[in-house]
Amino acid sequence: MSVLVIAEHDNVSLKGATLNIIAAAKKIGGDIDVLVAGEGCGAVAQAAAAAEGVKKVLVADNAAYGHQLAENVAALVAEKGKGYSHILACASTTGKDVLPRVAALLDSQQISEIIGVESSDTFQRPIYAGNAIATVQSSDAIKVITVRPTAFDPVAATGGAAAVEAIADAKDAGVSSFVKDEMAKSDRPELGGASIVISGGRGMQNGDNFEMLYRVADKLGAAVGASRAAVDAGFVPNDMQVGQTGKIVAPQLYVAVGISGAIQHLAGMSGSKVIVAINKDEEAPIFQVADYGLVADLFEAVPALEAELNKVL
Amino acid sequence: MKVLVAVKRVIDYNVKARVKADQTGVDLSNVKMAMNPFCEIAVEEAVRLKERGVATEVVVVSIGPKAAQEQIRTALALGADKGVHVETDVEVEALAVAKLLKAVVEKEQPGLIILGKQSIDTDNNQTGQMLAALCGYGQATFASEVTVSGDKVEVTREVDGGLRTVALKLPAIVTTDLRLNEPRYASLPNIMKAKKKPLETVSPADLGVDVTPRLKTLKVVEPAKRSAGIKVASVEELVSKLKNEAKVI
Repeated sequence: MSVLVIAEHDNVSLKGATLNIIAAAKKIGGDIDVLVAGEGCGAVAQAAAAAEGVKKVLVADNAAYGHQLAENVAALVAEKGKGYSHILACASTTGKDVLPRVAALLDSQQISEIIGVESSDTFQRPIYAGNAIATVQSSDAIKVITVRPTAFDPVAATGGAAAVEAIADAKDAGVSSFVKDEMAKSDRPELGGASIVISGGRGMQNGDNFEMLYRVADKLGAAVGASRAAVDAGFVPNDMQVGQTGKIVAPQLYVAVGISGAIQHLAGMSGSKVIVAINKDEEAPIFQVADYGLVADLFEAVPALEAELNKVL
Repeated sequence: MKVLVAVKRVIDYNVKARVKADQTGVDLSNVKMAMNPFCEIAVEEAVRLKERGVATEVVVVSIGPKAAQEQIRTALALGADKGVHVETDVEVEALAVAKLLKAVVEKEQPGLIILGKQSIDTDNNQTGQMLAALCGYGQATFASEVTVSGDKVEVTREVDGGLRTVALKLPAIVTTDLRLNEPRYASLPNIMKAKKKPLETVSPADLGVDVTPRLKTLKVVEPAKRSAGIKVASVEELVSKLKNEAKVI
């Protein structure tokens, strides 16, 4: 048995989630190799080689892979993946884009967003927006799998000394090209990897009021998220959305402010270690999953929280 | 240019899915079914392309039991021109769906194929990408803006951290995200008109596709429940608990 893990990165650094995917690969068993496809991604390959439990790092450094175009990356992964029993990628927007394409090229029925490994062919995954957990067994020769990173504790980032091997050939399908990126600029940690997340909902009333959350977040070193209601109302951009159709987070501490707790939102954050809810409606469903609930007007509670944190921290 | 849209019949998104007592799956008996919300957005986008004069015809295809014709009729009422129903009672997996759709693509020769990014039952998020691979077409998943110009389509995609725009050669595949558009409601006259629009029925065998599942579902259970904790009386008490009891700040 051997597992090929597709590295999650931005050509500059290896995304921490890759370490969670390697952890899932360890549970499956066998040798673990990591594939880094990118452009100018040498530092990423070095970081992957240092990760715990990695045997070999394959690096395809070419302009064709610079923007993770699925057509090109999938062709590479499908070719290199043929010798492995499992191919794993992060259930990020990149992994979700690329891996099903790989699966089809290998005539394998992908298993999406697993949250548990029972054996080398049996996995757990959420269905129906997290309202049910299915245990599925695959009969395909090569198992193609995306992994929900928050469901696995990461392996150590250092201590490994894997061999790094370059892949020379480039796959350019010639059907797609990169036009531009409009990425949100923020000094706060990324939602997916933050140990504390503070999110606002419809109760925030407008985008300007999120400033209150940003101040608390900066005090705590937290990332800021939002419910789908807040995003749909245009308060904040879509990449801040926590929920089944947005980002799945599982931080040490999740603070839900003015969020009622729709199923769709709970599916995105109920794996958090400690949940705090601040809401003036004491009947709000969010209180049913909160470890600590505060029934209060958020416009009084959030500034008070900032003041108290300033005192205590 | 012809646009092909694939739609799926799923549990209505307002209905809470309940796991069967024997753990074999989710109970769908006597449950309201509807078109998958992401597929509705795909239909709406195709109809808007037609209204803008970019598309000449919108063909809608659905794979599933006889009842899936309801969802095809809904799409026809929203403005699609023709329906194709691939009738099967098998729970067809994404790879087999992609193979069936490829056979339909070969027959219909669309310039653009629009699908929802995922269905809200199996939450796989695979079919569009698989179809693109099988056809050798470019793909743009999680679309929030689609602009067709000449023999190209430019698509803005919702990705982790922001937005990414890519350009694809046509024919190409686009999968929809939530903010691409707001689907319209079908008007009564259009619902009546939809009943007269052509709807062709074929079987997976007609299309030469084996739909035997590759995955075996061993069991389906409810997720572990979180129990409600305590209510705190003040911000001071909250911060104290987080610091001294939960030790998370």
